[in-house]
Amino acid sequence: MQSGIFHSTYEKDMALRHTPAQKIRLALVIVVIFALPFWADNYYLTLANQILITIIGAIGLNILTGFTGQISLGQGGFMAVGAYTAGLIATRLGMPLWLSIPIASLVTAAVGGIFGIPSLRLKGLYLAIATLAAQEIIVWLVTHWDAVTGGVDALNVRNYLWFQGARMRFTEFQFYWIALALCVGTVFATVNLFRTRVGRAFVAIRDQDIAAEVMGIDLFRYKVLAFATSSFFVGMSGALIAHWRQIVTWERFTVDISILYLAMIIIGGLGSVSGAIYGAIFMTLLPAFLNSVGRSLGGVFPLMDNLIPFIQKAVFGLVIILFLVFEPEGIAKMWRNVKDYFRLWPFSY
Amino acid sequence: MDKFLQLTLSGLTNGAVYALAALGFVLIYKSSDVINFAQGEFLLVGAYVAYFMIGQLGLVWPLGVFLTLVVAVALGVVVERLVLRPLIGEPIISVIMVTIGLASLLKALVNGIWGTNPKVFPAFIPKHEIHIINAVVTTDKLWAIVLSVGFLLLFSLFFRYSSQGIAMRAVADDQQAALSMGISVKRIFALSWSIAAITAAVAGLIVANTLEVSSNISGIGLRVFPVVILGGLDSIPGALIGAAVIGLLEAYSGGYVGDGSLSQVIPFIVLVLILMVRPYGLFGQEIIERV
Repeated sequence: MQSGIFHSTYEKDMALRHTPAQKIRLALVIVVIFALPFWADNYYLTLANQILITIIGAIGLNILTGFTGQISLGQGGFMAVGAYTAGLIATRLGMPLWLSIPIASLVTAAVGGIFGIPSLRLKGLYLAIATLAAQEIIVWLVTHWDAVTGGVDALNVRNYLWFQGARMRFTEFQFYWIALALCVGTVFATVNLFRTRVGRAFVAIRDQDIAAEVMGIDLFRYKVLAFATSSFFVGMSGALIAHWRQIVTWERFTVDISILYLAMIIIGGLGSVSGAIYGAIFMTLLPAFLNSVGRSLGGVFPLMDNLIPFIQKAVFGLVIILFLVFEPEGIAKMWRNVKDYFRLWPFSY
Repeated sequence: MDKFLQLTLSGLTNGAVYALAALGFVLIYKSSDVINFAQGEFLLVGAYVAYFMIGQLGLVWPLGVFLTLVVAVALGVVVERLVLRPLIGEPIISVIMVTIGLASLLKALVNGIWGTNPKVFPAFIPKHEIHIINAVVTTDKLWAIVLSVGFLLLFSLFFRYSSQGIAMRAVADDQQAALSMGISVKRIFALSWSIAAITAAVAGLIVANTLEVSSNISGIGLRVFPVVILGGLDSIPGALIGAAVIGLLEAYSGGYVGDGSLSQVIPFIVLVLILMVRPYGLFGQEIIERV
């Protein structure tokens, strides 16, 4: 049993993992991640890819909402910017995937920064509604700027990793590694971001923005920076969706998506990278799970098939309500409780 | 000129529906600092329950409307008791999210029970055409205007003169001070949610009566945000003026600019611009923050 974690060197103090238990857990996760694509079938690989892409988007939103405290309902719009930019420059300019994804991320970061400008004067509810406006304006532009985006028609994305003329199809297996690399990169970048001045400034703004300003943090600069950083990862997630689905349609980026991502980070845990990961996994697996349960029940209750979408929506709403009422700090907190229980057992006080 | 008049009329009538939905919004925000993202779904529930009472059960319309309002009040009280009360004192994002979850749940329940196909509502508010100069308007739409102005007057008087209304304002101002003056904050919350549910049900009824009963009704919930932000989240006259402005903007941009698709996005553009200049809306109360 431990009485606490004590550091005797600066290296140990700076380490991301301190205890043997943490290191063993990390090693287990790494083994699972690398072993998964070799035994999983196509269905599970698809789910895994979806989870990886979703994690990037959820971490992006958590940087803005969880760490900086700026509630954003514009997630879907920013993802649309990333997806359409990636899709368009891949298709029209023939750029390869390794170029189109970073460019799309940067473009989204710029757009996010622009929509972050009102955040200087707006707070809380008013900011949430302003980002909702960003969402509606972006989706409207996407559907009505026919010359560039093709309007409401779907955009077929041409894919290739390096410069090649023809269209290439990634298998789920190949795409897994691309998504995994970007996802791991995102996790590392974000975990370390909050060990720097910029990251700590974000957290200070969340906790008390006036006090942060008094302590010498340029609110405007850091708020816009938070929007841009967040949108960078959200755009990356959108760009990955474009390349993964190989088709971009505006229906994937409506306000429902913004809400879904907000639900993810709340259920996972606001203001923690692991929370975003748990939330993304939970919210991706929940509808898939309900779907398979519904299908297997379909044999018993013939009406079940028609009701599945409604049940998914109802459960989605119910899960949000139940989490907020009973465990507002989300899965991350539940997991901490479990760990604490075993760490302190049998003396829980 | 005829077109202008026609657009003005239709803008005002659309604005009236927004105003009704917005009133419930403002009412809840004024008394409990909660923004209700499920307002559109309250409209939806109101419309479908009315359809069930009048269309499916075949009740006479005064009884049907009365029962709908009873259901609305019950819904408001239950929601406040089970969902919002545990969240008193939680951060804004939790409150926003819980009403979003509620919205998803209510919409799924309505769609699961009645399906997603639009239903024809047994319209009981007559739809005679009335000619004003050269523009045509149907009476049911005029009723929307009458009702929203009526509710506005009612609420203004209620907040000014009735003891419950004054108690609600006290709770909005400072919950602790209100508690120490012997006001039951819980009762005030329940009251404001049930009144908001009533206005939403009336708005839902009107929409159902003028158009049809379909799940698109909940979309009005989203359209109402620009309205309340424009007027200021805690101002009742602001809600009415905001609704008129947004309704007119939608009508004019739909009628005069290009193919009319601009009307979907113009409220949101105006919203951003206004927020840049006046962060608390036109009539909203500015909050002075201290560390």
